[in-house]
Amino acid sequence: MAPFIRLNALTKKFGDVLAVDNLSLDIEKGELFCLLGASGCGKSTLLRMLAGFELPSAGQIEIDGQDMAGVAPADRPVNIMFQNYALFPHMSVAGNIGYGLRRAGMRGQSLHDRIEALLKLVRLQGYGDRKPNQLSGGQRQRVALARALARQPKLLLLDEPLAALDKKLREDTQFELVDIQETLGTTFMVVTHDQEEAMTLAGRIGIMDQSRLVQVASPRHLYERPANVFVADFLGMISFIEGCITKVSKDSIEIDSTPPIIAATASQTNAQSNAHSKLGVGDKVILAIRPEKISLSATATGEINEIPVVVEDLAYLGVASNYRVKAANGKMFKLQQQQSRRTARPLTWEEAGFIQFDPNDVIILQE
Amino acid sequence: MGRMSFPVLCMGILGFGILYVPMAVMIAFSFNAGKLVSVWAGFSTKWYASLITNEQLLNAFGLSLFIAFWAATIATFFGLLIAIAFVRFGNFRGRLMLSGLSSAPLVMPEVVTGLSLLLLFIGMEATLGWPSGRGVDTIIIAHATFGMCFAAVVIQARLRDFDLSIEEAACDLGARQPFVFLSVTLPVIAPAVIAAWLLAFTLSFDDLVIASFVSGPGSSTLPIVVFSKVRLGVTPEINALASIMIALVAVSVSAVAFAMRRRIVRGG
Amino acid sequence: MPQRQSIFVKLSAHTGRRLVVIVPLLWLAVFFMLPLLETLQVSFTVAMRSIPPYAPLWGFDEGGFFTNFTLDNYGLLATYWQDYIGPAFNSIRLAFFSTLMCLFFAYPMAWWIARSTVKWRVFLLVMVMLPFWTSSLLRIYALIGLLNPNGFINGMLIWLGLIDAPIQMMQTDFSIYMGMVLTYLPLMILPLYAVMVRLDNDVIEAATDLGASGLQVFRTVIFPLTLPGVIAGCLLVFIPAVGEFVIPALLGGPDQLMMGKVLWTEFFRNRDWPVAAAIAMLLLAILTVPIIYARYQDGRMDDTHEKETGAQ
Repeated sequence: MAPFIRLNALTKKFGDVLAVDNLSLDIEKGELFCLLGASGCGKSTLLRMLAGFELPSAGQIEIDGQDMAGVAPADRPVNIMFQNYALFPHMSVAGNIGYGLRRAGMRGQSLHDRIEALLKLVRLQGYGDRKPNQLSGGQRQRVALARALARQPKLLLLDEPLAALDKKLREDTQFELVDIQETLGTTFMVVTHDQEEAMTLAGRIGIMDQSRLVQVASPRHLYERPANVFVADFLGMISFIEGCITKVSKDSIEIDSTPPIIAATASQTNAQSNAHSKLGVGDKVILAIRPEKISLSATATGEINEIPVVVEDLAYLGVASNYRVKAANGKMFKLQQQQSRRTARPLTWEEAGFIQFDPNDVIILQE
Repeated sequence: MGRMSFPVLCMGILGFGILYVPMAVMIAFSFNAGKLVSVWAGFSTKWYASLITNEQLLNAFGLSLFIAFWAATIATFFGLLIAIAFVRFGNFRGRLMLSGLSSAPLVMPEVVTGLSLLLLFIGMEATLGWPSGRGVDTIIIAHATFGMCFAAVVIQARLRDFDLSIEEAACDLGARQPFVFLSVTLPVIAPAVIAAWLLAFTLSFDDLVIASFVSGPGSSTLPIVVFSKVRLGVTPEINALASIMIALVAVSVSAVAFAMRRRIVRGG
Repeated sequence: MPQRQSIFVKLSAHTGRRLVVIVPLLWLAVFFMLPLLETLQVSFTVAMRSIPPYAPLWGFDEGGFFTNFTLDNYGLLATYWQDYIGPAFNSIRLAFFSTLMCLFFAYPMAWWIARSTVKWRVFLLVMVMLPFWTSSLLRIYALIGLLNPNGFINGMLIWLGLIDAPIQMMQTDFSIYMGMVLTYLPLMILPLYAVMVRLDNDVIEAATDLGASGLQVFRTVIFPLTLPGVIAGCLLVFIPAVGEFVIPALLGGPDQLMMGKVLWTEFFRNRDWPVAAAIAMLLLAILTVPIIYARYQDGRMDDTHEKETGAQ
């Protein structure tokens, strides 16, 4: 059974500039998929190709088995919610929402009922006669969403949907969006540069970097098992240690740092990557550890992977504290400590201490 | 009012003075019972009265209105086409030529445009049989020609700032060109189109030189009649006429400006 | 950067698009370009007592192909150069100084408007636009009423006892300059305003903060930044001013003879159309360089504008 949406070897060049490079991706029906990447990575170009506003230089787009080659935006079963909403300033809210329906031939009572239903879906009942310039940013966003959903598209594209909203509104809207998507069952593709947005909204995230799709997985998978250094560094905070392998054993490797660090190759994190089975002595690796996996204490406990450090910087965030600590060889580590009840006084600036992390929590990466 | 240095303010007021004092004096003296602009002979509206009965002026006024209306309409339509081509069509074949042809009339001296158009009309009459003599048609054509260049400039400025994403939204929602243009773009740029029409109208209505060249017997526009009277000296009736025209313009411009105040302030 | 226009360029590449370009192009070619060529043609032929009052440039008759090609018209301009070349220089001189004067008044006015609070700006702009939308003929006519020997100013001055006999203000360079400023001031103000209103006030404050005096700020920061507007305004005034007719006709005397009036006289009074055509060509020749320069500047302004609003 072919996936609902299939992008096959999609490429887009603008003159000499490669915006999307040989991108292949399958999206399931009813998924809330997120395309995450920094500005300039090509995600917007990909979005526009799906909508039909850019023609691919190579590759195919298939939606529900139908090839989109040569299909105009007006005829595609795809609709966009634009980043700047792009509401028609001269039409009312109802006029905006009904625009796509009128193009499809809907008139009269059924048109009216459908518009009302959509207004209800986005919680804007009674706002039908207002003009866009009479609405707040959040309200305009909801009109844009309703308008894009009106024609019941097979794929809804959302271009940075939460970017223009302030923080509080953003949090509320995030959950609303997920609710609506689950209620309707429409396949959503959100394009964003905001990690938090992607992690909250998406069932699966595709990370893009410089015109390429780097890794596609659930938020948890991406965070705990990043495929490479870029993904590891892109999502959340992380600390890296580079080194050459000095010892390889059945279920772990050791690298040449001071003190030597041991990483478990059979851990849940690393076992998935079969590249590790090829690791031998002398190979260069990059080890990565998430901040919440590192513990900091004033005294040494004598366990494996314990490094003496000095506190360089700390940020008290209320729920936790973020530390930047420096080891003897100049290496920096980022760690996060919860403000749970503790007996010992937490370390402060320029104090010396020890960090420690479990070998099973170390992620082994290769480039 | 804003940070303003004194000399700048003075210059500003002086400048406005130059613009307005002549007209203010003229309007004031249109109510002068006497003929001279130097001696006040008492208040009177007799010049306005005689104006209303002056057939020649009234006919010329009506004719100018008619010509200006049609010239403006043709000019706006063509100006819209030119603006669309320049803003939306990228580097099309003939762009350089259209660019030159549509911007040269803006700065060409009117005597040259007038004379050359007349020569063309004569040449056309000789070879094609049309236009038969000069009259309202030729004036409309002439005014529309330079009008469309001005209209293009006004509409272009608005089109450049136009947010393309709402056109894309319309396409995305199932509409096609030219329906997208008619249902979304045109309504949004309508104020600029109207402004272009008004500009072309004014330019046509006020034109003296070109009309003088391409008009024929029986097609004397208001400026032509006024000019022939004015060459002989100051006449109070013209004062009255001028005052009425100024009042009309003042009211319309203020009304339009008030309606568009937000857009004007954004500047440029 | 990806161009957002690409969909329109590609998907609407059909006859509709071509029509949009061809229709106005044809109109302008016929009613603007062709007339100029016709004028060039007539400038090479002879005047005749006929309707129209000039001989055809070429044709066929019983004797075969004939032509009336002559350079006499241009020869006339050269021979009687005081009557023709003189006014040409006059036109340039008067237009040039009129432009400077317009700039002199318009610059502070535009600055005033651009620096005003939002509410005042609309009012002031309307005050500037109002004369522009009024017929220039009527405005110049109003000026006559002011400047005449028996006009308002003289009347005032005599009445106040400041002078005994009326001052001659009409038919002087002064009256021409007044007329030009009256007519063209709005045209100079608008491009200046457009540039000034975009000027970032922070830049001026930065200059002051770094120790520049008022005059230095103007010279080193404000004027250079407003230069595109200055150039645009000057060209917008100078080029049509050279060919002005109404102002010298109504306000000027024999010493203020300008090309526009000369052409008019040649055409309407002397009925010598070929010479008038030659004068038109001369006028165009004078203005070719400024016109091309104006086009070049227009193009540069478009590029800057695009860069500022983001190459989207």
